[in-house]
Amino acid sequence: MLKDITLGQYYPADSVVHKLDSRTKILITLLYMVMIFVVDGFIGFGVLLLFNIFLLFLSKIPAKFIFKGLKPILFFVVFTVILNMFMTDGKVAFRFIFWDVTYEGIFTAVFMALRIIFLVIGTSFLTYTTSPITLTDGIERLLSPFQRIGVPAHELAMMMSIALRFIPTLIEETDKIMKAQKARGADFETGSLIKRGKNLVPILVPLFISAFRRAEDLATAMEARCYNGGENRTRLKELKYTRLDAYAWGFMLLLFALILIIRIIGFDIRGF
Amino acid sequence: MEEIIQAMDLSYQYMNEDEESVLVLDHLNITVPKGQFLSVLGHNGSGKSTFAKHLNAILLPCGGKVYVAGLDTSCEEKTLEVRRNVGMVFQNPDNQIVASVVEEDVAFACENLGVPQAEMRKRVDEALKSVGMYEYRDRAPHMLSGGQKQRVAIAGIIAMRPECIVLDEPTAMLDPMGRQEVLKTIKKLNKDYGLTIVLITHYMEEAALSDRIIVLEKGQVLIDDKPRDVFKNVAVLKQTGLDVPQTTELLFELRRAGIHVPFDKLTVAECVGELEKLLGGTEKCC
Repeated sequence: MLKDITLGQYYPADSVVHKLDSRTKILITLLYMVMIFVVDGFIGFGVLLLFNIFLLFLSKIPAKFIFKGLKPILFFVVFTVILNMFMTDGKVAFRFIFWDVTYEGIFTAVFMALRIIFLVIGTSFLTYTTSPITLTDGIERLLSPFQRIGVPAHELAMMMSIALRFIPTLIEETDKIMKAQKARGADFETGSLIKRGKNLVPILVPLFISAFRRAEDLATAMEARCYNGGENRTRLKELKYTRLDAYAWGFMLLLFALILIIRIIGFDIRGF
Repeated sequence: MEEIIQAMDLSYQYMNEDEESVLVLDHLNITVPKGQFLSVLGHNGSGKSTFAKHLNAILLPCGGKVYVAGLDTSCEEKTLEVRRNVGMVFQNPDNQIVASVVEEDVAFACENLGVPQAEMRKRVDEALKSVGMYEYRDRAPHMLSGGQKQRVAIAGIIAMRPECIVLDEPTAMLDPMGRQEVLKTIKKLNKDYGLTIVLITHYMEEAALSDRIIVLEKGQVLIDDKPRDVFKNVAVLKQTGLDVPQTTELLFELRRAGIHVPFDKLTVAECVGELEKLLGGTEKCC
């Protein structure tokens, strides 16, 4: 049951997007996020939609994966839409029981929903096409210039990769503890919310104790293998920029320019 | 023969919760020549794990000295060099694997030592092949069996190119199959690569594979001899709470019952041969 959880939703495939350097992909994702907030009209969103379709085609990721990623944020989107629809002042479109719904409200609601959806879809391409290891590697390399001002780049990346490594182990352990407690008559399925919450204590306590013990063991094992921080370390798989990264950057900058032009000229559709 | 490990007058003590000092190692003197396969036996609390941790400077002696490949382990500048020479494999395979891909984990020690990339690739591949895990190099460690994980851990040590490997109860958490895999690997490394092995264990069957056995009791050397001779002292071993291999035990009991059989038969085949001789029959059962 617990084993079905997949964290770090990497989808292995042989595509151009997969081959891009993880640093490029992280930075491009940041640029994409900026673009989403630069866009202020439907033509701009149309451009982003085309870009996402292009990415989907390029990365060979099944479309259903993308839609699956939207499911958890559905509630959030609906909440934003309702809030924006009823809370915006302006020209009244119609009355819903005793709330005025304005044209501006409908417009902002749709707009906000689109922003959230595009944000999630676009960024999910990063996690679908980049394995967790190269992702942490990329983060480490991108943060390393800031090491001089005290950003612990190597330590952060190490922590992330160890956390990723231990997720399956700890899930397995949780499963085992749950079974052991069930065998002793623990009940996790019935009762009020508070009661169920309380019933989790006999799972969490052993889980935490074992996690601390694992941490201690791991630290000793790392020391025994000559770990002494990030200095003078080499890597088995060094990240490398290729010509692909240059193409990707060229394309993204053109797209950014296009979106900026649409915004600055201001011929985008911003209302009804 | 050249000595790889020299423990001289080694003592270690710590304070327990009641502020009493507990002496774990009591003036130990142990030397291990290069290329030897040594087993250290002892029941819980005999100090065998503590001894192992002294061999690569995870613990430092309270009294006496430990020399590894001529290096003093208590010298702080030499710690890395000591650890590179003496690799250590621990009991729990899950808690010593750092990376989420097999080959990245094997490379971990080399990465720490700053081995250049091309050289590292070569070492990792060689190490994986020598433990028979090369086909699994891009798997996730948590998908492997216990024995396979432990072999990956051993490969991670071999990639460091150490002189000596210390294994602290590497099979304690494994099933019989995994235990066999790991022991075969250890034996092979000792034979084919001439690596010095220090195996900490409480399984007599495992110790029987080695060149030499040291039995620790209350932090002191109780017995230090060849396996065949060690197991002759069945009475002494039983007193310390250790088991002897089933074959030896059978022969011991037969002898106590007044039947004359030799003692120094360790493998099942040898024992069966001896029993057949005894029964005078040549017919094989089963």
